[in-house]
Amino acid sequence: MAESGVTDGLCNTDDIERSKTEGKELTKEEKQRLRKEKKQQKKNKEKNDEKTSHEGEKKKNKKKKEEQPAGSASQPPAQPSPKAVPAPAPPPPAAAAVPVPASEAPAPADKPAKSKADLKAERASKGKKGDVGQPAPTGKLKAPPSELQPVVKRLPEHVQVDNPEVVKKLAKKLERQQIPLRSDYGYKVSLFSHLHQYSRKAPLTQQLGIPSTVIHPAIVRLGLQYSQGIVAGSNARSVALLHAFQQVIRDYTTPPNEELSRDLVNKLKPYISFLNQCRPLSASMGNAIKYIKKEISNIPSQCKEEEAKIKLLNCIERYINEKIVLAAKAIAKYSIEKISDGDVILVYGCSSLVNHILCEAFEKKRKFRVIVVDSRPRLEGREALRRLVQKGISCTYVLISAVSYILPEVSKVFLGAHALLANGYVMSRVGTSQIALVAKAFNVPVLVCCETYKFCERVQTDSFVSNELDDPDDLIVTRKGKTQLEHWQKVPSLGLLNLVYDVTPPDFVDLVITDLGMIPCTSVPVVLRVKNVDQ
Amino acid sequence: MRRRHNHPDVVPNHFHRQHTHTQTPSCPVSPLISSRFYTTTMPAPDKEIDLTERIEAFLSDLKRGGSGTGPLRGSAEMARETTALLRRIAAQARWSNAGDLMEIIRTEGRRMTAAQPSETTVGNMIRRVLKIIREEYARSRGSSEETDQQESLHKLLTSGGLSEENFRQHFAALKANVIEAINELLTELEGTTDNIKMQALEHIHSNEVIMTIGRSRTVEAFLKDAARKRKFHVIVAECAPFCQGHKMATSLSEAGIETTVITDAAIFAVMSRVNKVIIGTQTVLANGGLRAVNGTHTLALAAKHHSTPLIVCAPMFKLSPQVRSLCLPARGEILSKLITLFISNIGGHAPSYIYRLMSELYHPEDHEL
Repeated sequence: MAESGVTDGLCNTDDIERSKTEGKELTKEEKQRLRKEKKQQKKNKEKNDEKTSHEGEKKKNKKKKEEQPAGSASQPPAQPSPKAVPAPAPPPPAAAAVPVPASEAPAPADKPAKSKADLKAERASKGKKGDVGQPAPTGKLKAPPSELQPVVKRLPEHVQVDNPEVVKKLAKKLERQQIPLRSDYGYKVSLFSHLHQYSRKAPLTQQLGIPSTVIHPAIVRLGLQYSQGIVAGSNARSVALLHAFQQVIRDYTTPPNEELSRDLVNKLKPYISFLNQCRPLSASMGNAIKYIKKEISNIPSQCKEEEAKIKLLNCIERYINEKIVLAAKAIAKYSIEKISDGDVILVYGCSSLVNHILCEAFEKKRKFRVIVVDSRPRLEGREALRRLVQKGISCTYVLISAVSYILPEVSKVFLGAHALLANGYVMSRVGTSQIALVAKAFNVPVLVCCETYKFCERVQTDSFVSNELDDPDDLIVTRKGKTQLEHWQKVPSLGLLNLVYDVTPPDFVDLVITDLGMIPCTSVPVVLRVKNVDQ
Repeated sequence: MRRRHNHPDVVPNHFHRQHTHTQTPSCPVSPLISSRFYTTTMPAPDKEIDLTERIEAFLSDLKRGGSGTGPLRGSAEMARETTALLRRIAAQARWSNAGDLMEIIRTEGRRMTAAQPSETTVGNMIRRVLKIIREEYARSRGSSEETDQQESLHKLLTSGGLSEENFRQHFAALKANVIEAINELLTELEGTTDNIKMQALEHIHSNEVIMTIGRSRTVEAFLKDAARKRKFHVIVAECAPFCQGHKMATSLSEAGIETTVITDAAIFAVMSRVNKVIIGTQTVLANGGLRAVNGTHTLALAAKHHSTPLIVCAPMFKLSPQVRSLCLPARGEILSKLITLFISNIGGHAPSYIYRLMSELYHPEDHEL
């Protein structure tokens, strides 16, 4: 039956070969079908023992027949979003994580709605259990594209560390991509056993050979910069990522018998896995990667390599310019309206956007002073302080424990964001929610500044389910000559928790300033919808 | 012959106990060193010099253990030392009637509080001793104890009784009674932590997650006592920049309690999983508010937001009468509406009851030393 599957696949590939030789361009639908068939062939070879020949074959035939009318039905409604595109497409817009290959084992019961491709693949492999009737996928495929369509949401790997199956699968995937697996470090607090915790002293690059044949050196350097914290901050990481990808594209040559649009995407996958191992991807990076993959796969096949590369480089350049640089200018323009003379502005940590706004306001001759709030162990506020003082802005510096002491003299709070979630929660550096809480208690307005490319479709209500754990050794400090926590590993009941992010509920935030204007926190899903329709 | 330099404005750089030249800090000269001893060439009695030296040593200790680097010792120790010193003053100083003694103690007390205004326990102990003197005097005079302690509204309004006394009557047994009463106070002080920690099992059940901040010896004893019988989890906020929370965490984990250290920034982030917040404090104010370590206000607000009970473990000697008007909360003060319960050595109280306890500990005239 494996062979029947293969022959079936071959029949279709014959068709496709024919159309290729005839000089016709493969339609998108055919490309997708081809990719899916390749994957199914692989799956069939893996799951030989489970299938019965006839049923497996029958189901595949039926599916293929359905695909044709369904494919053409789904084509004209301008694809509601990459959601409807089956497996090979980039990861679901929700997950800011590595694209998990479609050939996943039947998911455990706690996974959210599966994609249609997943369901089909499952049915193919289970063969006998054809209880989910054929009409069901047809119904789904023909459903009109609307907001109520089931969203493809696969739980990203980096929040399932406590599930041994997922860990094993990841290990296998990394082995296939020839990327070393990074191991967790130290005792993890039980509330966070589902997250990774790495040590900064053991960067992934140490396990790579030199020269690295699998991973482009620019990516290796970038991974090291991420894991050591040299490049930190949402915007900085995204820009660094895009520049590294530009370098990759410049050095890329299409191998013979391959198409740039497909091969380049496949080349990027191990890089993304590697970067994810170095440090979990941020929401902004996830959006940027999605954009690049879309642009790459939209390159027409008759485009020459040089042309395609220049086009891609320009796309990336434009993305950086529009979404980051110009967005910052627009946000600064809106924010300056909100800053009046005599203001005392409180900022937390180092947000490149907020620093930019304050510097612009200062240049526009607004009179204000700034209070910079900082927190251990990162002490990023010192960098913000440096930048502001260099411009000549008068600043005060406090630690976060003193925030309820100085808040009575503050008139506004400006916060940066790492991502804005679809339920209106603001994901930002840990401590932001605390500042918003205390500001609310003192009736001080809280303004969050965030570019639209950081908006993400995930929803989250607390800081536990999806977060990042930093190196616990960062908490160790020497005071009065004594280092209390030096031997924390030896004490079995002691754990150190170094959280990176937290979520702020929307009722603490008064206004969100984006490049599209000033919106309340709860309007984030509206912006997301508008953006998706645009694209 | 020893000479003393009466330079009230000189601030010493450092002070050695065996130093023969005592330089007083910027406080008035001790009344013990009154001029009548030094106009003659007679050497001053050793006992009094010894006493004065001890007082000066205590004062310089106070000045050195400033709040810049955190208290050199815990409040309980400070309270015990203050009370012991006051007992010594009562025993060794020259006084003939209660009024004299109260005057001496009041003056010394003013110097002590001036040396370190942030150490409120010193002032509290002085007020306690003053109340003891008043009570012993009243008892010696023969007025019944019950009416004195009633402090009814009627009595306050008609404001008769002791407030018009000038305490000039001499009683032979007064000295012994006062010293005995101060001894009782010392015993009470020694037992405060034990009394508080005995209540631990009433408040902590199994599998709880308890949050605390910084380092409080009272809370440490409280949690360790509960850990003997129950298994629970403690989250300690480290309380930068001095990070006293680290010492607290190591101490708790060595007692076998599951402990996690978090940064101050993560307090609100983890608060949703916390069942109770138990903290210590530096001072309990008369309106039921607190003056505690930096970061406690944020902790209290976060607990309020999640409706998590906030329990304060504070012995009675931390109760301090407020010496300013209470129209607006002072900076750094935690309002009583954020606090759920006070656990002290005499049991548990609601914050609204604290003013009543204060009237039992201190006499209203002593609120201003």
